[in-house]
Amino acid sequence: MFSPTILIPAILNGLLTGAVYALVALGLTLIYGVLHIINFAHGALLTAAMFAAYFVYRELGIDPYIAALLLAPVFFVVGYALQRFVIGPASHGDDRNMLLVTLGIAVVIENALLFAFRADTRTIDLPYAFQSIDFGFTFLALPRLVGFAAVFAVALALWLIMGFTDIGRAIRAVAKEKLGAELAGIDVAHIYAVTFGLGTACVAIAACLLIPTYYVNPSAGNAFVLVAFTIVVLGGMGSVPGALVGGLAIGVVESLSSLFLGDTLGQIGIFLIFIVVLLVRPSGLFGARA
Amino acid sequence: MKEFAPIAIVAALLGAVPLLVHSNVVLNFLVVALMIALAGQGWNILGGYGGQYSFGHAAFFGTGAYVTAVLQVRYGVNAWLAFACGIAAGAAVGAVVGGLTFRSGLRGSYFALVTLAFAEVLRILASVAPITGAGVGTLIKLDLRAQALQFQSRAVFYWVILALVTLALLITRLIERSRFGAWLTAVRENEDAAMALGVDATTVKLGAMVISGAITAAAGCFYVQYFLFIDSGIAYGTWISIEALLTPIIGGVGTVFGPLLGALVVKALGEAAQAVTGDAPGLDLVVYGCVLVVVIWFTPRGLIGGISELRGRFGRLAAPMREIGHG
Repeated sequence: MFSPTILIPAILNGLLTGAVYALVALGLTLIYGVLHIINFAHGALLTAAMFAAYFVYRELGIDPYIAALLLAPVFFVVGYALQRFVIGPASHGDDRNMLLVTLGIAVVIENALLFAFRADTRTIDLPYAFQSIDFGFTFLALPRLVGFAAVFAVALALWLIMGFTDIGRAIRAVAKEKLGAELAGIDVAHIYAVTFGLGTACVAIAACLLIPTYYVNPSAGNAFVLVAFTIVVLGGMGSVPGALVGGLAIGVVESLSSLFLGDTLGQIGIFLIFIVVLLVRPSGLFGARA
Repeated sequence: MKEFAPIAIVAALLGAVPLLVHSNVVLNFLVVALMIALAGQGWNILGGYGGQYSFGHAAFFGTGAYVTAVLQVRYGVNAWLAFACGIAAGAAVGAVVGGLTFRSGLRGSYFALVTLAFAEVLRILASVAPITGAGVGTLIKLDLRAQALQFQSRAVFYWVILALVTLALLITRLIERSRFGAWLTAVRENEDAAMALGVDATTVKLGAMVISGAITAAAGCFYVQYFLFIDSGIAYGTWISIEALLTPIIGGVGTVFGPLLGALVVKALGEAAQAVTGDAPGLDLVVYGCVLVVVIWFTPRGLIGGISELRGRFGRLAAPMREIGHG
């Protein structure tokens, strides 16, 4: 059971799963870093994006990996509109209200999906879904490898946007000093909405990477979002490298703990890490001390 | 005494309902609404007066429900005693969760997250632990006798839950009038300033969480006695965490009567949604979610806040609402 032939593939598979977790967490941490609230609608948006990817494939026959290019901008707009026209105005600038509004949106999206599609679980069949690549010492599933690469491409793109564009500079300015940014002529409501849109676009890409090997039902996103919360807390709220490293770490932890403890208790392992990190070091591994 | 008069009037009016209405459908609706109101009253102590928004009050509801059920079914404990133990267990969970989170200084988003995570851990544990009946859940034997806390007549159940709600209303009013209540609202308004004035914020929040946990647990205890069944999805599901926070926020957060008013409105809306579209799953929750957003958007202080605002605008037109509005 502890032999390297089992452990190494488990760790590698954990890293591959962790990359997608990291992408979900990246969206969450981006929003937290700028708006300073936890987006409780993140999981529901992930579920919605998974349904979108599912129907785009079934109705239009578009491969999920290509659909990502289509769904990312669509969900950027959705996220932008949600923040600009619902969350922002509804919460009157109060953090507690913002939390509640995102929770309300989550409840609406999740249950509207339940109402429309019932609790049925759906999957899509892709020719390459079960293909794997032989690395000599282990086999790794092709869709997961593609996902792993795509996550790092997205992270790189985000890093370029944040570092080298005007909008990225504006986002960083608002994250650091909202009032100062506003005085410098930055439209804070617009930047908030752009950030929310970027976070939602991350979720749409994550959904497209998940759908080839995962299932979708109205609560599918929840499994990921609690993991994403853990990652964000572990990596430090608002820290992008933290989200990546945290995501990979949690992927490995989950893979190993379900190897040793079984699937259900493996989940508890994640939550225990979550609670312990929150209690011991709420600022996370990469975050500044709160 | 004048402070308590509105509570007595509301309790008396609600108490008279079964004497006039004999429809089981109506009584069942009211029983469930009052149960949700009770869960919301628990949330309101911590969230409404203390400003600590918990997204995981299912942790208390579920613990109360499971303790009541498991003590009776597995250990043959008397139902009334089991009920009391359930409430105590809710308070204990409040002490543990509150002790851990407040001591490490978690606030705002972090507090909401950690409460959510605790509820989720308990749900997973309850879905695998043999003592809770794991995935199958726990059934309480039908035993329609007063000593088993089960009643043939819905009216009696109704009076039991109404008594609990009234007790919670009185506790809320007492807290509101007490020094402890003043500290609690001071922490809500500005925790750092309160601490600078010598308020022990951690202890105050912890006390509120214990009371809050006990009250919400009582709703869970009542749930099992009424439905005679509990499983992990019901006990620790997100539905109850959401309804517990929804009722005070819609009714009027940090007011005595907010959760009760909110629960009646929320449940009526839920019933209306079901009646319009048949028994489709999820629709009632869609309505709740929309109502939550709309209320925060347009009357951040809930219906009671909205009413007192209207009263301010229209002078004395709504004068009879004054007592409740002050609550």
